[in-house]
Amino acid sequence: MKRRAVLQGLSAFGCSLAAHPLTTTMTFAAMPGDARLVVIILRGGMDGLATLQPQFDPNYALLRPTLSQDDAGAPLSDGFALHPALEPLRPLWAAGELAFAPAVSTPYRGQRSHFDGQDMLEAGTGMDVPIGSVRGGWMNRLLGALPGAEAETAFAIGREVPLILSGAAPISSWSPSTRLDLTPQARLLLELLYANDPLFHAASSDALDLAESLGLAEDIQSLGEQQMMADESMTNTREADGAAQLASFAATRLREDTRLAAFSLTGWDTHRNQAGGLRRALGRLGKAIETLRTDLGPVWGKTTVLAMTEFGRTAAENGARGTDHGTGGTMVMAGGALRGRQLYGGWPGLAEADLLDGRDLTPTDDVRRYAAWALRGAYGLDRALLENTVFPGLELGSDPGIIRA
Amino acid sequence: MSLSDPQLAMRFGYGLSPQFAAPRGASGWIDALYGPDPGLQYQTPETGSAMQAMDAFVRANRALREDASEANTIARRDASRGVMGAVFDERRRMLLRATHTQVSLHDRLTEFWQDHFTVRIAPVRLRAFVPLFTENAIRPHVAGRFADMLKAVVTHPAMLLYLDQATAVGPSSDAGKRTGRGLNENLAREVLELHTLGVGGPYSQDDVRQLAELFTGLRADFGGFSFRPHLAEPGAEIVLGRSYGSGGRAQLDDVLAVLEDLAAHPATAAHIARKLAVHFTSDMPDAGLIADLSDTFRRTGGDLAAMTGVLIDHPATHASFGEKARRPLEFVLGGMRALAPDQARLEGLSNTDLRDLFDLPLEAMGQPHRKAPGPDGWAETAEAWITPQGLAARISWAMVAPSDIRRGLPDPRIFVDTTLGPLASAETHFAARAAETRWEGVGLILSAPEFHRR
Repeated sequence: MKRRAVLQGLSAFGCSLAAHPLTTTMTFAAMPGDARLVVIILRGGMDGLATLQPQFDPNYALLRPTLSQDDAGAPLSDGFALHPALEPLRPLWAAGELAFAPAVSTPYRGQRSHFDGQDMLEAGTGMDVPIGSVRGGWMNRLLGALPGAEAETAFAIGREVPLILSGAAPISSWSPSTRLDLTPQARLLLELLYANDPLFHAASSDALDLAESLGLAEDIQSLGEQQMMADESMTNTREADGAAQLASFAATRLREDTRLAAFSLTGWDTHRNQAGGLRRALGRLGKAIETLRTDLGPVWGKTTVLAMTEFGRTAAENGARGTDHGTGGTMVMAGGALRGRQLYGGWPGLAEADLLDGRDLTPTDDVRRYAAWALRGAYGLDRALLENTVFPGLELGSDPGIIRA
Repeated sequence: MSLSDPQLAMRFGYGLSPQFAAPRGASGWIDALYGPDPGLQYQTPETGSAMQAMDAFVRANRALREDASEANTIARRDASRGVMGAVFDERRRMLLRATHTQVSLHDRLTEFWQDHFTVRIAPVRLRAFVPLFTENAIRPHVAGRFADMLKAVVTHPAMLLYLDQATAVGPSSDAGKRTGRGLNENLAREVLELHTLGVGGPYSQDDVRQLAELFTGLRADFGGFSFRPHLAEPGAEIVLGRSYGSGGRAQLDDVLAVLEDLAAHPATAAHIARKLAVHFTSDMPDAGLIADLSDTFRRTGGDLAAMTGVLIDHPATHASFGEKARRPLEFVLGGMRALAPDQARLEGLSNTDLRDLFDLPLEAMGQPHRKAPGPDGWAETAEAWITPQGLAARISWAMVAPSDIRRGLPDPRIFVDTTLGPLASAETHFAARAAETRWEGVGLILSAPEFHRR
């Protein structure tokens, strides 16, 4: 109840700021600082154990007899191996520009719903605040706290403005003209929906391929040409290009007046035959980070990239060579401002007694703490602002030291 | 076994809305049928200004042809915007009505009759006649008399232009003798074959020709429509064995009289009964339903409210639920109703927004708006619409349009209930929970067969 009171006070604060835009314009002395923050939301629940593989832990192969053999990676650090699809990022690791927190999560527990999990991740709240009761996201509240922030200061990139950037402070948004990329999960669910209706079933298998080759409005006319692009390697390239396009646009803005950017990558909900889908999803993530590094040029040195997911996945593989919704997962961090080449936050172990509810990787830390300390390192925000306004209810604790001094 | 309230909403409206409770039972829909048309709260086109816009465009075009000056170029561009404004206002109005009225029965009936009396006009300079046709010739009569709608349609400039009556003259009229121009049978044939008696109905080629002679004199212009006796074929014409225009000078009353008689013909009753049953209940409708509708039509002198009332409450209507597939326009408007973007957002849609959200997607789904391939309108069968390409375009709209039309999508676990209620299958409930993202969850619900079947 106490938390709610804090939040109500907060939204009044946000409104008063929005009502007096003149208080923050035309004062060059008040600038939002020079640091850049990019948040990539990995929607669907990334499988941390396959991303950063705990090959040293004997339970890993026992829990995942087939998945641990698929796409086994090369060693990275402390007995963990890197998924082969992230190999392109190894030079960043070597340069101290890449880090992982292998066992973190939001405070979300229990139902393991994508939407609730994403809402909590983006709202930046904990279980003490009813899900959905907070409108607006933590990046928007952060924006409200930055001196001299304007709409250009924060950019939402993608088809819709995500919750993380929604709220009282004005932001900018941009949507690339991409074709529709159905996630493997959405395809499976569509097939399920159509299975019982013979007419829809008959039309659907071709329809699903066509739907993906249909672009947004402007591509619809050239349907014939698009059909030729169905083969898989081209699909992979196309998907990676989509991620690169998002990252590239973010970079062009961040090189100018933008300080905060967020976009989403999907395709992580790997319930079935996880290897192929995860390979593609990680490929997109790697491509996005590589593109940011290249396109940000000199600004990369001032940049922190945080890739976060709503939850991790079950420690054990399921009966369909996939994994189900879990709790603890891996956070991926990158950027020239980062103190990289490090694994942060400890390891809970995979023995049965170590698992949460006997099934999930137990989180050793709150993912919001890393975000908060990144903000503190980047923008010098004070502790009270972070604990009360940006992440209400968070206890900041001691500095994990993820940002270079 | 009666239809549930959500089933009735799918059959006779644009489905469920998160903002309005569905009418209760068949009687709720029948009450709405006899009540005022709630769609009229949204602006209807000003007949005069739409006509003026077209007139101005024609003049501006002519001026530009005579003198290609910059001023004339700008004037023509402005004039064309005036016409397209009237055309796109129709889209905004349709979206508002589908989304923000409690009962969409008048909208659905308007679309049914619009399709029965298909018009299509390609030249930009005349395109604003189509929304005027819908608002003035169709909509006021959907719960009125069929004969009144028929007369309004046949004398409307949009129909006269579409089926070539606007240029026909009686060969023996003053104008015909002077210019050598003559009849055009197009409108007369379609009135008999499509609008009234039906193909295979009790008419001959002679009846077509005689009716075409009787129609001469009907003219479309920017004042609306007029009857010009000097263009009309003189003398009496005999249609279905009855003589019209024996009073000497040709007059509009003869045209209206033949339309009254065609509207009252038993073959017309049977034809209209079948079309209504096919559109609202099944591609292979129940014979008893058709007979009851046809009897009602004949008994009431073509009272469309009475007929629609029988349709809504008929056991065969209830037994056939789910056999029909919504056509693309119905799907898109149903999707809007479910998503319920606010009124200001819909009113503020630019022509470009409408192109991206409405026109291009409908084209991809196979139903370019107000561009039916022929005067017989759009296909009825589910198989004609649920094709790989048609379904692909529907899925595409379902996945993309919601986040374009509103900021902040609903939670799919709530959206599945507000959109489908008890119609949602277990699979759809599962998909609503299992989707990776909000936009895919909403897209999946709008892609589910239950959202396309009625």
